Amino acid sequence: MTDPLFWHRVQFGFTITFHYLFPQLTMGLALLVLLFKLRGEDAQARFWVRVLGINFAIGVVTGIPMEFQFGTNWSRFSAFSGGVIGHTLAMEGVFAFFLESTFLYLVVRGEQRLSRRAHTAAIAALFLGAWISGYFIIATNAFMQHPEGYALVDGKLQIAHFGQFVLSPWAIWAYLHNMSGAVITGAFAVAGIGAFWTLQGRAQEAAPSLRMGVVAGLVACGLQLFPTGDRQGKLVAQHQPATLAAMEGVFHAEKFARLAIIGQPDVAAQRLENPVFVPGMLSFLAYGSFGSTVHGLSDFPRDEWPDNIEILYYAYHVMVGLGTLFIVLMIAAAFQLWRGTLAASRPLLWMLMLAIPFPYIANTAGWTTAELGRQPWLIYGLMRTVDGTSPRVSAGDVAFTTLGFCGLYALLAILFLFLVAREIAHGPSSKDAP
Amino acid sequence: MTGLWYALVAIMFAVYAVLDGFDFGVGALHLYVARTDRERREVLAAIGPVWDGNEVWLLASGGTLFFAFPQAYAAGFSGFYLPLMLVLWLLVLRGIGIELRSHVQNPLWRQFWDVVLCGSSAAMALVLGAALGNVLRGVPLDASRTFMAPWFTNFRVRGQAGVLDWYTILLGVFAVVALCVHGALFLVWRNQGEVRERALRAARVLWPAMVVLGLFAIAATEVVRPEIYRQLMARPWAWPVALLALAGLAGARALSDLPAFLASSAFLAGTLAATAAGMFPVLLPSTLDPAFAITAAGAAADEHGQRIGLGWWGIGIPLAAAYTTYIYRMMRGKAVAAEH
Repeated sequence: MTDPLFWHRVQFGFTITFHYLFPQLTMGLALLVLLFKLRGEDAQARFWVRVLGINFAIGVVTGIPMEFQFGTNWSRFSAFSGGVIGHTLAMEGVFAFFLESTFLYLVVRGEQRLSRRAHTAAIAALFLGAWISGYFIIATNAFMQHPEGYALVDGKLQIAHFGQFVLSPWAIWAYLHNMSGAVITGAFAVAGIGAFWTLQGRAQEAAPSLRMGVVAGLVACGLQLFPTGDRQGKLVAQHQPATLAAMEGVFHAEKFARLAIIGQPDVAAQRLENPVFVPGMLSFLAYGSFGSTVHGLSDFPRDEWPDNIEILYYAYHVMVGLGTLFIVLMIAAAFQLWRGTLAASRPLLWMLMLAIPFPYIANTAGWTTAELGRQPWLIYGLMRTVDGTSPRVSAGDVAFTTLGFCGLYALLAILFLFLVAREIAHGPSSKDAP
Repeated sequence: MTGLWYALVAIMFAVYAVLDGFDFGVGALHLYVARTDRERREVLAAIGPVWDGNEVWLLASGGTLFFAFPQAYAAGFSGFYLPLMLVLWLLVLRGIGIELRSHVQNPLWRQFWDVVLCGSSAAMALVLGAALGNVLRGVPLDASRTFMAPWFTNFRVRGQAGVLDWYTILLGVFAVVALCVHGALFLVWRNQGEVRERALRAARVLWPAMVVLGLFAIAATEVVRPEIYRQLMARPWAWPVALLALAGLAGARALSDLPAFLASSAFLAGTLAATAAGMFPVLLPSTLDPAFAITAAGAAADEHGQRIGLGWWGIGIPLAAAYTTYIYRMMRGKAVAAEH
């Protein structure tokens, strides 16, 4: 409790986790709203724009603290790496936030004032802004996961090759994986609310949302697994082998390595309790052949192990497990949709409705895997997390402001749920907001 | 190159102060200039399309400081840990106050968010002024080039100075008044009817107070950091900026509507730019020993990185300016209240 590092990590972890609940829906919904509009389903677009507006507002106000925290909480990291990652963070502001902030207003309030084409263009601009913003943040994170294109001069990082830094394979695959994850969140929200209205007996107004959510959800769930998830996993295997070992609960190197479907890591005993294995599968997924050797944690010095192997292991398995269930659910829903019987399949509609929170959990678990997996490094191989904090900021101060954030964000969560619930109850049938 | 980035960072923060400054001023005057729900919707219709874009300038300026002068960003942001957390909470409350107000028609809901907007805007104006005061006065940077600013110590400007002292409070109060004038002139330009009348009255009453406080601030700055004026005098290239500030001050009183608002913008931007010209090359002075100050050269990123930055900055900022122009063209004509 008196260790500043612990509180800095809690503060960043809490504020980023809460913040990212909102952009993932924004990025997913922006695409779906654009598709509604392009298909001429204006009433649906109008309804989802109202949800997008509330969601976006909370995303903006919780995003500003993130930009500040690099300096306030992680000053040694900022001084060390600002010459590199400062670029992508500033570029996000300049190329994405100006675009988003300008066009959000026109999207939410400009429909009467703009022609239909201009309003569609404003939605496209908002979509573009949201998706560009995602890229620059992922490029920043990719540098921390697997730095490329830099030089270390006089104890500070600088850019050696801008293209290698901004367009690293890690950045590109992590971005695609992340964005299909965001589309899953958006698609499940759209399909789930469509299912809710259908169950309420409002099948007619619900039909476009139900259809769009299921089709987009099916496509995004597929892309999430392959190629994006597959390529992301192979990059982890190649560049962060200790992380892969911890994620999969592999304590000792294995040839024909088994993939643990379930099981509990016992870190002290260095083994997996009550595991269920698929033989050879891990070797195949990580390196493309069943016979390859997967490193175990015991191959690495203890001080290079991720520092919370249990959460890392569970988070990764929650992500993969949910991702698999999403595919099953969306295949079943798409099949019924194709047969024209989805609106009558009440158990499936119930499942779609109750599935709304789970993509949030899966996306959060995915980022938990990425960020805990990077430990003990802040920039993989270059700077340890323990060396990145602000030296003059005390543990108690960070603990205090973390409590403040908890209270303020609880208020934001209540306001968000209250306002969105009103919109959903009202539905897309009328032009006016409640 | 380092000098150029010093100038660009200063200009970006000045643009931020001018842009978000007017919506802070509007927010601080909100309860006075707009009494009925309809009037309040008119005020929010004036700042609604632009406040978020204005705030992006803060992120863009902070990001630019981050990559151009990483050490200054790191030392400054961590040293002001608690005040910056307060700023964040104020910005969160203010943002949701503006955005969520219209979603429920209940009058109590709306009155609540009106008060939140007014209080957080006035507090932000005070904070901006006090922040400028801290940057001018300096902070207790030691040999490690780090500091931790307490809220206040003995209210003196030397040694272990706190965030608040007589000088930074003076600048904070000046900023509240100056941004209220600035915001009032924005409303005079953008609005009509009672709101415009009250805003005009506020601008007329507050302008002399701004001049008096400004003179005090100038005199106090001469006491606290005399080298700013000496250096400004020795740099003739910066004189036009100072003259622009003076002309803007006069214009804010003499002109009306859009010209008056532009004059007020010129006053704020000119004052900040002239101050930066007098500060150069110091980014953050030390109250303990002038040798511990953070300078542009000491905090700068490498030359190659600065050149790369110039490349994308030269593309991105004109784009941002284009969107801004577009939204102002879209909302030309007086602001009218939304239907509900």
